[in-house]
Amino acid sequence: MTHEFVTGLVWLIPLPPLLAFALIVLFTNKNKALSHTVAISAAFLSWLGAMIVFWNAVKVEHFGEHPFASSVNWLPTGETWLKVGVLIDPLSAAVLFFVGWTVLMIFIYSVGYHNFGQPAGDHDHAGLPPHGATVHGHAVPSIEPMYSRFFAFIGLFAFGMYTLVVSDNLLTLFVGWEIMGLCSYLLIGFWYGKPSARNAAVKAFMTTRIGDVFMLIGIAFLYYATGTLSYREIFTEETLHVLSTVPSGVFGLSAAGLIAVLLFIGTIGKSAQFPLHVWLPDAMEGPTPVSAMIHAATMVSAGVYAVIRMFPLLSAGWHEGGPLTTAMTFVAFIGAFTAIFAATIAVAQNDIKRVLAYSTISQLGFMIAAIGMGAYIAAVFHLITHAFFKALLFLGSGSVIHGMEHGVLHTGNHKVDPQDMFNMGGLRKKMPVTFWTFLIGGFALSGFPLITAGFWSKDEILADAFVNGHLTIFITLAIAAFMTAFYTMRQITLTFLGEARTKEAEHAQENKWTMTAPLVVLSVFAIGYGWVGIPEHFPLLGGLVPNWIHEFVGGTLAEHPPVLEFNIVPLLTSLVVALGGLALGWFVYKDIKSPAEDKFQIPFLKNKYYFDEAYDYLFVKPLTWFSEVFVSKWMDKGVIDSILHIFGPATGGLGTFIREKFDVPVVNRFFGDGSADATYWIGKNLRPIQTGRIQQYLILSIVVLFVVGGLVYFFLLA
Amino acid sequence: MNFPILSVITFLPFVSAVIMLLMPANRKNEIRGVALATATADLLLAGWLYLQYLTGGLTGYQFVETYNWLPALGISLKFGVDGMSAPLVLLTGIVMFTGVLISWGDYDEAHHLSAGIQDRPREFFAFLFLLAGGVFGVFVSLDLFMLFFFYEIAVFPMYLLIAIWGWVKTREYAAMKLTLYLFIGSVVALVGALVMYWTQYQNTGVLSFDMIQMESAGFSASFQYIWFLPVFLGFAVLGGIWPFHNWSPDGHVAAPTAVSMFHAGVLMKLGAFAALRVGVMLLPEGAKQWSWLIMTFAAIAVVYGAYIAFVQTDLKYMIGFSSVSHMGLVMLGVSTLNHNGLVGAGVQMFSHGVMTALFFAITGMIYDRSHTRQIPELGGIAKVMPFATIGFIIGGLVSMGMPGFSGFVAEFPIFMGVWGRQWFVAVIASISIIITAAYIMINIRKVFFSPMPENLQEHHIGDVTVLDKVAIATLCFCMIIIGIFPSVMVPMVERGVENILRLLGGA
Repeated sequence: MTHEFVTGLVWLIPLPPLLAFALIVLFTNKNKALSHTVAISAAFLSWLGAMIVFWNAVKVEHFGEHPFASSVNWLPTGETWLKVGVLIDPLSAAVLFFVGWTVLMIFIYSVGYHNFGQPAGDHDHAGLPPHGATVHGHAVPSIEPMYSRFFAFIGLFAFGMYTLVVSDNLLTLFVGWEIMGLCSYLLIGFWYGKPSARNAAVKAFMTTRIGDVFMLIGIAFLYYATGTLSYREIFTEETLHVLSTVPSGVFGLSAAGLIAVLLFIGTIGKSAQFPLHVWLPDAMEGPTPVSAMIHAATMVSAGVYAVIRMFPLLSAGWHEGGPLTTAMTFVAFIGAFTAIFAATIAVAQNDIKRVLAYSTISQLGFMIAAIGMGAYIAAVFHLITHAFFKALLFLGSGSVIHGMEHGVLHTGNHKVDPQDMFNMGGLRKKMPVTFWTFLIGGFALSGFPLITAGFWSKDEILADAFVNGHLTIFITLAIAAFMTAFYTMRQITLTFLGEARTKEAEHAQENKWTMTAPLVVLSVFAIGYGWVGIPEHFPLLGGLVPNWIHEFVGGTLAEHPPVLEFNIVPLLTSLVVALGGLALGWFVYKDIKSPAEDKFQIPFLKNKYYFDEAYDYLFVKPLTWFSEVFVSKWMDKGVIDSILHIFGPATGGLGTFIREKFDVPVVNRFFGDGSADATYWIGKNLRPIQTGRIQQYLILSIVVLFVVGGLVYFFLLA
Repeated sequence: MNFPILSVITFLPFVSAVIMLLMPANRKNEIRGVALATATADLLLAGWLYLQYLTGGLTGYQFVETYNWLPALGISLKFGVDGMSAPLVLLTGIVMFTGVLISWGDYDEAHHLSAGIQDRPREFFAFLFLLAGGVFGVFVSLDLFMLFFFYEIAVFPMYLLIAIWGWVKTREYAAMKLTLYLFIGSVVALVGALVMYWTQYQNTGVLSFDMIQMESAGFSASFQYIWFLPVFLGFAVLGGIWPFHNWSPDGHVAAPTAVSMFHAGVLMKLGAFAALRVGVMLLPEGAKQWSWLIMTFAAIAVVYGAYIAFVQTDLKYMIGFSSVSHMGLVMLGVSTLNHNGLVGAGVQMFSHGVMTALFFAITGMIYDRSHTRQIPELGGIAKVMPFATIGFIIGGLVSMGMPGFSGFVAEFPIFMGVWGRQWFVAVIASISIIITAAYIMINIRKVFFSPMPENLQEHHIGDVTVLDKVAIATLCFCMIIIGIFPSVMVPMVERGVENILRLLGGA
């Protein structure tokens, strides 16, 4: 296939899901089977396109220098146009690969998860999860009432992600970014009949939106400074040099640093980093495929992708091995802190999905820390492996919940929470496929040595931190990794091992193939994807398989990052934290029967360090107060309206004043009435002379004549 | 001389108003038919005009018509459109068309439903069309006197429309408040305009209200410095500029639905447009001197309006204050006096017009069926009015500047432009993006998706009519098409902006 053909194909990758969204909304939404066929076909087409593009990218020598790129004019800006276009370079090719796979698997899984093929529920309502139907006196699961709508929404979601990945500029990246923000709102609030879901949807949207605004400011700044938003025009040596030498005047950052930090704040929101992490655990209110979508395939990965994409900007003025720039230090700090902070919360959660949610936050922290200390390839590697094993874990947890719901339907005791791990236990026998795949995913997350993908990518990050001398980050991440292994084993032990702790767990069932097959596919990647990134100098294994990820992804940057020297300390650390954490997790939890026996149910951790409450008091309440009391009541209704209202009485008062003090006495009485009075008075006093006697008139005339004649003579002639 | 399309567009509503007044009052449907036919004709003409300008690659003032009216005083009826005003003519056509559609209404004795205008439609549509004709007139006038003339024609029927058909509780207060503000504003501006007229005579010896001629009247810098503010602010009062915005939310709330649509959708643009055309274009030096003040007012309006909208419990007040915030963005764009800002302002006028018309239309539909606009009393509308719900969500996305919708195409250049002028103003104004998203999302959640309160269920709320759906779809279509293909509007506005920049000295 020619370069041009593949480039053309890239344009088409995002379109099928969008088309599916439109088709389902407009036409097929009454027909459930047709709707999911449309959606899955679309996901398949995009997957196919992504694979073809990926495969062609891998075949090209020095692909980083000859990416698939093209662009068109979109928004005119004076003499130039804001161009939009597509760019597949090694980074986006690698991301496209995992997005294609995870999205397709999630789509297929959703068919089973939403009980396709089951009857409609007895009392199901749109906006609430299905409650089950009765067939021949047996309670069976019922199909999701808004089945078609779900597929429409995740189609739009996938469109947003593909758009973001294939973009060659920040503008369309932002478009995809915002579409995903919207979809996360729609999907987290999918069961809008639940107040918790409605609140979580708004919270997710608002929290990420705060980050987005900073990102938009960053984009505006970047555009103003460079006149372009296209990556390839920004990441030129001259532009970066100029940006890195111009001071921005804020915190001693260079212009490049400030822009990178502003854009990174967008990532903080989207990838749920401290302090904007609060939305992600609540996002578990959405159906489980959505959680997988948000947590692995799309949204949070998009945040990390964006910051990796902006790495040349972030690291402008930094050279390999040198001291980190202020911006990089900031990013590394946020990442490392988030990694350990979220891991501590995960230890105390009992909801199977919430544990995973906090583990996502923590793992994203690893990637952010890696990019902050310049470990570009390690960050990409962990992003990809994490996407695979976290999608696997989420879908696995959905499978567990689904199996537990079977049990709940069977016993009819709806008070049992099918997501609480303390209600589970012993599920390995009931749900073997789910168990084994979940085990693989969990081990990958913990970094189980050598075989799992998570080990290789996490080890890479730790090695980078150690070899380049970022010891604080190294220790922080090592502790976080230890806790990760610990809570993962806690989860596996409580869920699958031991004996069933409730009747419902006893009656749990394995799910249909539409749900288990994606698990199997993803678990292949959760193991196998690690082997493409085995460091060259690794003892025994190094060099057996080429370190493809380093070769390929490294080509994205102008300078290929050097191969890391092997060091035994981080390797040993990796081994100890992973195995130690897993062992300790199993040891502590193997006999625990109820939350009361769990020593880690510390209120402070359980309540997530009271961040929700604190934000409520620090931001939400003051905002409401400020708007309500200060702006609305005091300023608008008080000051501004009062001026108007004073205007009325004041005009009236002035009018009254004029009327009473001037109009009535002067104009009316004096001139108006006065002139009338005078006329009247004159008339009245003249009346007596109007006698009608000619003689009198004549005498009067003669008198007047003489008087006037005398006066004229006296004054004028004399 | 070609077909006098601008005169036809402008005078058709007046003619139609007279025809309707001559019809018997009880032939309600025939009257509505005449109204709809007129509105459709005007929309098609405006659309044709727009496409001609866009696809013809035209620049400057086009479709110019001149008729002498009072030559001794230099007053003539001179019409013409440029890239700035052609979208606004189209906007007026769209709002007029959809306004008639949703006022047609639905009367159903069994369900106590009386949507749209059931009371004296003849007079209602006649006044509404007087208003529309006046608005068209302002947008196409190239003669300052005629601009004032049509401006007053547009303002006057508002009083009657609000005071007669408005919401019983506040209509008299609101109508009076609105009239007071607008007339005081226009009188101030008129004084400025007359001074300009007279000064031009002294400078050049020409007695003329022709605005194209006035562009080269040679007003001195000190003259412009003194007279820019009265002229600009006088008009900008109608554009809802802070701190003279307070007439507008009260007016929106009290007005019947179609009038609210006109009011927020078009009338406020009238103020911004006239302020731009007369204030900035004729007194460019003054604009440069005072742009800091306009920018300050606008930035305050953007954030301030958003804050107040955030705490409103009445849906219409919320939209009203959100209009203050969004019109603040228009003024913010204007105050930058640079290419990006002005283009953004031009697009924002159209985008906000369509969006707010949609909001008011849907709020009206909800009110007619539920008899309340109080957000805490509403809920569960999504189930009974799904089409309107989708429309409202799309409007909300435009409002919060979501990419892919017209709001983004407008707000993005404005922020760019402001950044070029004063970066911290851009940062302050961006606070509004968060707050806007907050009030839109929270209110959508409450009104459409929360469970329906019991006393609402007794109303047996039904879905909107087919005409309503056509109106919603028309408005949504405009916002989406511009969002996806900005080149259907932006290049045209740019050509208008070039002219403004030329007057500003090629800034």
